[in-house]
Amino acid sequence: MKYVDEFRDPFAARGVLAAIARTVDAIGAIKEKPIHIMEICGGHTHAIFRYGLDKLTPPGLEFIHGPGCPVCVLPMPRVDEAVEIAERNGVIFTTFGDAMRVPGTKKSLLQAKADGADIRMVYSPLDALDLARRNPNRDIVFFGLGFETTTPSTALSIQQAAAERLTNFSVFCNHITVPPPIKALLDDPFMILDGFVGPGHVSMVIGTHPYDFIARDYGKPIVVAGFEPLVLLQSVLMVLTQISEGRAEVENQYARIVPEHGNPISIAACNDVYEPRDSFEWRGLGEIDKSGLKIREKYAAFDAERKFGIGYAIASRALAEPDGCRCGDVMTGRIKPRACPKFGRDCTPEAPLGALMVSSEGACAAYYQYGGAQLEDVA
Amino acid sequence: MNAHLRPPRRLSATHVTLAHGGGGKAMRDLVEDVFVAAFANPGMGEMEDQARLTNAALTVPGARLAFTTDAFVVDPIEFPGGDIGKIAVCGTVNDLVVGGAAPLWLSAAFIIEEGVDVALLRRIAASMRAAADEAGVAIVTGDTKVVGRGSADKIFIATSGIGVIAPDRDLRASAVQPGDVAIVNGALGDHGAAIMIARGDMNLSTEIVSDCRPLGTLMEATLAAAPGLRAARDATRGGVASALNEIAAASGVGIEIHEAVLPLRAEARGVCEILGLDPLYLANEGTLVAFVPECEAAAAVAAMRATDAGRSAVAIGNAVVAHPGVVVMNTMLGGRRIVDMLVGDQLPRIC
Repeated sequence: MKYVDEFRDPFAARGVLAAIARTVDAIGAIKEKPIHIMEICGGHTHAIFRYGLDKLTPPGLEFIHGPGCPVCVLPMPRVDEAVEIAERNGVIFTTFGDAMRVPGTKKSLLQAKADGADIRMVYSPLDALDLARRNPNRDIVFFGLGFETTTPSTALSIQQAAAERLTNFSVFCNHITVPPPIKALLDDPFMILDGFVGPGHVSMVIGTHPYDFIARDYGKPIVVAGFEPLVLLQSVLMVLTQISEGRAEVENQYARIVPEHGNPISIAACNDVYEPRDSFEWRGLGEIDKSGLKIREKYAAFDAERKFGIGYAIASRALAEPDGCRCGDVMTGRIKPRACPKFGRDCTPEAPLGALMVSSEGACAAYYQYGGAQLEDVA
Repeated sequence: MNAHLRPPRRLSATHVTLAHGGGGKAMRDLVEDVFVAAFANPGMGEMEDQARLTNAALTVPGARLAFTTDAFVVDPIEFPGGDIGKIAVCGTVNDLVVGGAAPLWLSAAFIIEEGVDVALLRRIAASMRAAADEAGVAIVTGDTKVVGRGSADKIFIATSGIGVIAPDRDLRASAVQPGDVAIVNGALGDHGAAIMIARGDMNLSTEIVSDCRPLGTLMEATLAAAPGLRAARDATRGGVASALNEIAAASGVGIEIHEAVLPLRAEARGVCEILGLDPLYLANEGTLVAFVPECEAAAAVAAMRATDAGRSAVAIGNAVVAHPGVVVMNTMLGGRRIVDMLVGDQLPRIC
């Protein structure tokens, strides 16, 4: 398949892997004292396991799986609120497919659908907009989820709805941004990270400058990467090279897609529609300042929080993670998924207890599904 | 009632109504003009409450009956490469043939939503007849129910099938041994991808066609070339990944497969790349996984390739002593990962 197979060429991969091994050696990293590189994006986590890249890199290199799985970090009270909206009379609640299974404290959207709520899977907020046009007597609510990758399309759908003066379309906004949790991780006193692989699709929208603080203020290298296995390996090599040469810079391996200054049209649409919340909760990480987006007053008519009287109030959501759940420790790199006492016992993809088991892009789900340490036992 | 005592009933309605399920004349019109007319065969001519069947294969000492049943719901009802009727025949036939049975007879029960177009029913009945003829089976008994609008999604079909397993055959999922070679007869995931495209949610236009087809000819050819064939599984819901996991669990062997040799059409790969799905879990309706002893593997692949349903047959891996019950994929880049059973449905990802 053109434009795909080139990036999965096993011979090219072997060359990059050999270079990775040499560089890890040059740095002097070994299994007992490894280099820790965090891939921020869940898409990268998934690719690492899907292609078995963690089995190909040397033991002196350890991947720490970052918070970039939007479904995983969605707090349970927000799912409860989504269910509450979806179960109202006259509502058609639309959502991306992988949010259907995320557990709330009472039930998931999938269970709410089985209980009779009209919940429909869409591939884009524009599909939801179309439903609104075709069902003038129903209230269409779109579950706005995800990072800067999906944030612009939600913004555009709100602008479009305003232009068409649609009165039956609104967005339940849970959009979040990548840089604040990275800053939170870097401020963690137990931080062990040596460098980052930056998210490709997010950066296509925001450019590379929002990561400048990582190199400038914290002295850590970051390389923005695409999602094909070969470019992912190449990006890891670039991070390692920076470390071995004592550099800390923002580099862009994905320049064929990611412009330095991002996509100005998307950025303008987002600035027009959203403003930062003071704080937003991340499942497994807790409240993070300025990490979530809400819909501006001028688009209040399209804000499901206002329309259905659901506010984001921190006081009401002091909900502890389930007992013994160590998602936060996995996300900060303190432990590997299998070191969590709940992993594979009380917490499985069938019945996820913690955030990271929820979506296939979550680190624990990827470990469970594709083997992770279990494969070392069997291979 | 004997058919020759009166002329066959004709159905003049264009849409099915609740009257067609009422047990009266309207129902008789529907059954006779749509279903009996399409399926006509000696087994059903008498219009008794039961089919009365004989077959020479049943009289062979040691022969066993194979009996299976399946219910079919699909959206959309008609899609590139088939329709619900063709699947209802092929699915049940394939469940028989992967056990080494020669399929003989099918039953077909229809649950029809009021308002369904009679022309659609006729097309589905005709397609069932064509699939049955291709598979060498007769549809000998059936039933029709009509339910109110909203109580069913257009048409649901349940089929049961009876076949005969010759005395010398004993295929079972628990019989696979380390060293045996896993073979698939064609491209993976075409049915699942075709259905997703046909639903029209994604505005993608591709040429992809469901692989829906009966596999009797393929199985017989393979068994003739590889009489030691241990087990075969129809890789329907849950795809090839689920079929392999079932066999690994039943036989207590590990299974190793190789990503580089998996037969995938560019269209199915494209759909999976866009939606973040794994083609190993996409449904097939005419693709099986067979395990044969290593010494018969080449002959089995060659025999499959000589049939229409097996043109792109290929060995994808083998059973091993290590990691019993676990399926491991050797990725194109030389990495390794476990191929587990699917938890629920595959759901398209956010970004």
